[in-house]
Amino acid sequence: MQFSDFDPLKGKRLQVLTPDGEVDPKLLPDFDDDTLRTFFRHMLAARLVDRQCMALQREGRLGTYPPLEGQEACQVGSTMALAATDWIVPSFRELAATLVRGVPLEMILLYWMGNEEGSRIPRDFRLLPVSIPVGTHTLHAVGMAMALRYRQEAGAVVCYFGDGATSEGDFHEAMTFAGVRRAPVVFFCQNNAWAISVPRKIQCAAETLAAKGVGYGMPGIQIDGNDPFAVYLATRTALQQARAGGGPTFIEAVTYRLGPHTTSDDPSRYREDAEVERMRALEPLVRFRRFLEKRGLWSQGWEEGLVRELEEWIEAAVRQAEAHPGPRPQDVFDHMFAELPPHLARQRAELLAAHAGEE
Amino acid sequence: MAVLNLVEAINRALREELEADSSVLLLGEDVGKEGGVFRVTEGLQQAFGEERVIDTPLAESGIVGVAFGMALLGLRPVAELQFMGFLPPALDQIISHVGRIRNRSRGEYTAPLVIRMPYGGGIHAPEHHSESNEAILAHIPGIKVVIPSTPADALGLLKSAIRDPDPVLFLEPKRIYRAVKGEVPDGEHLVPLGRARLVRPGRDVTLVAWGAMVREAEKAAGELAGEGVEAEILDPRTVSPLDAEAIITSVKKTGRCVVVHEAPRTCGLGAEISALLMEAALLHLRAPVLRVTGFDTVMPLPKGEHFYLPDAGRIVGAVRQAMNF
Repeated sequence: MQFSDFDPLKGKRLQVLTPDGEVDPKLLPDFDDDTLRTFFRHMLAARLVDRQCMALQREGRLGTYPPLEGQEACQVGSTMALAATDWIVPSFRELAATLVRGVPLEMILLYWMGNEEGSRIPRDFRLLPVSIPVGTHTLHAVGMAMALRYRQEAGAVVCYFGDGATSEGDFHEAMTFAGVRRAPVVFFCQNNAWAISVPRKIQCAAETLAAKGVGYGMPGIQIDGNDPFAVYLATRTALQQARAGGGPTFIEAVTYRLGPHTTSDDPSRYREDAEVERMRALEPLVRFRRFLEKRGLWSQGWEEGLVRELEEWIEAAVRQAEAHPGPRPQDVFDHMFAELPPHLARQRAELLAAHAGEE
Repeated sequence: MAVLNLVEAINRALREELEADSSVLLLGEDVGKEGGVFRVTEGLQQAFGEERVIDTPLAESGIVGVAFGMALLGLRPVAELQFMGFLPPALDQIISHVGRIRNRSRGEYTAPLVIRMPYGGGIHAPEHHSESNEAILAHIPGIKVVIPSTPADALGLLKSAIRDPDPVLFLEPKRIYRAVKGEVPDGEHLVPLGRARLVRPGRDVTLVAWGAMVREAEKAAGELAGEGVEAEILDPRTVSPLDAEAIITSVKKTGRCVVVHEAPRTCGLGAEISALLMEAALLHLRAPVLRVTGFDTVMPLPKGEHFYLPDAGRIVGAVRQAMNF
């Protein structure tokens, strides 16, 4: 795959898997049957976790939560293309990417339940904690990529963000730095059509977001973000270029957020149900199921078995997260600095005294 | 012992840390070939190469955000912003990420970076080149804020800041970049963060001042000595965390305190120090804690800056008021 074959300025978009489940055999990577089933398993796992999180939030067992339904292909396809030495810099909607990376589900739940312990993701996972401010983390990815190159370490960095983030100033500074320094970083934009209530066309007047790559001296490509193979192919190619010293890439994956921005948002105020229904027919699980079925790799019974297995896993993780002891008063202070300065020691003592005798 | 000015001392600190540790690198606009707008990084790119001393695009949030990313992977970047007036675009990174990552990740990730910038007025600069926003920074959790007032301190504090495991903002009083010279010890010289310096001992009143204001306080103390008033001068050197102990101890001895800063008065560090003394030394006070500060106005352009900046005369006036209370 050459980025130049899919010039966004000529209206080109990379797609391997059609909504009907047909594939372009010239572009489909050589996956074995197990790997193909793994793609589906990861997407289904994320879908089920996501729905459970929405349900838990409605029951008051989880705080504000940003659902990812509809964006599974973007995250599973791209993280399947990563090497173990590559880094992931997520925004806050990267549930599927985080799960594919192997971060224990109970940690993810713990964070959204309101406990920072869920963000103590061991460095070995090479995945940063979530970044709630929009777009600011794109710069961190560039700095990390520059550090990898300076240290001559293997690996590149993939940074996830949404279409709204491309309107933020830091996104432009990140693209500028990455272009100039030829940093081994892949900017992965999940254009899910809406930044809370504001549509993509109000984020930017350009025809495509992918065209932005040109202005910063890097390839930009628009891909079908509901097609895990197109996502995989574009990310793998971008990573190979980055690792080989070829510099950064900007990928615009066109997808659709089927749910609300977060559990606090009411999308019925700003978008038509008809639009969501139209997009539902294009969503990644539906089309991947069709593809597997055509290959004889899917059956109702197989998926039902998978669902039962995943539901048990989710239930166990929820139990574990809910059984986690709550924070102690000293936890408020203990991670502010390597060494506690005197003024914080005084404030810590003040809080501890107020909570003395509680356990 | 070498006699250096502030610029030379900071340059030496950077050079020594670049030599000692390959994870230290410098980045900022014009820091390379140009050697920085004040020539603080002069000769360093020639000595350490373009991968260690990086000329960046003109983008303050970018400089800090990229340095933060480097620090996450264990480098020790020293980022330069050209003036404190250009700090606001980078504040988002400092507040949202730099000061929070250790806590957010429960210690799994840290950000051992230093952000250097010239600050303060008195050099007849254009607009947005004379800001003194240390109180804004001191209000942000998770960062340390350091301000040297002598060449020896500039060297020793900057080296400590670079080696510190947490993020440090290093504010350089540009008015005394070259105007103050002083002896700097040869060899390894470190000054710990968070500890005040007793500039001059005294019996009657404590003057708390930092940056270029230390020099004004010293002039005032000289004048007051002629009137028989012995002023003690304390330079906190780190405004966050503040060496509260040193200030309280001094004021318990003298019974009077005048805080001097060129930053605006309202919610400035003078208010913080005053509140500290109310809490910890009220019954030792023989006069209210007074503040000699800039005004709550935009810093005037060169023709008017002398109206704004505290000077020895205003400090002497405040001390007389405290003595006669």
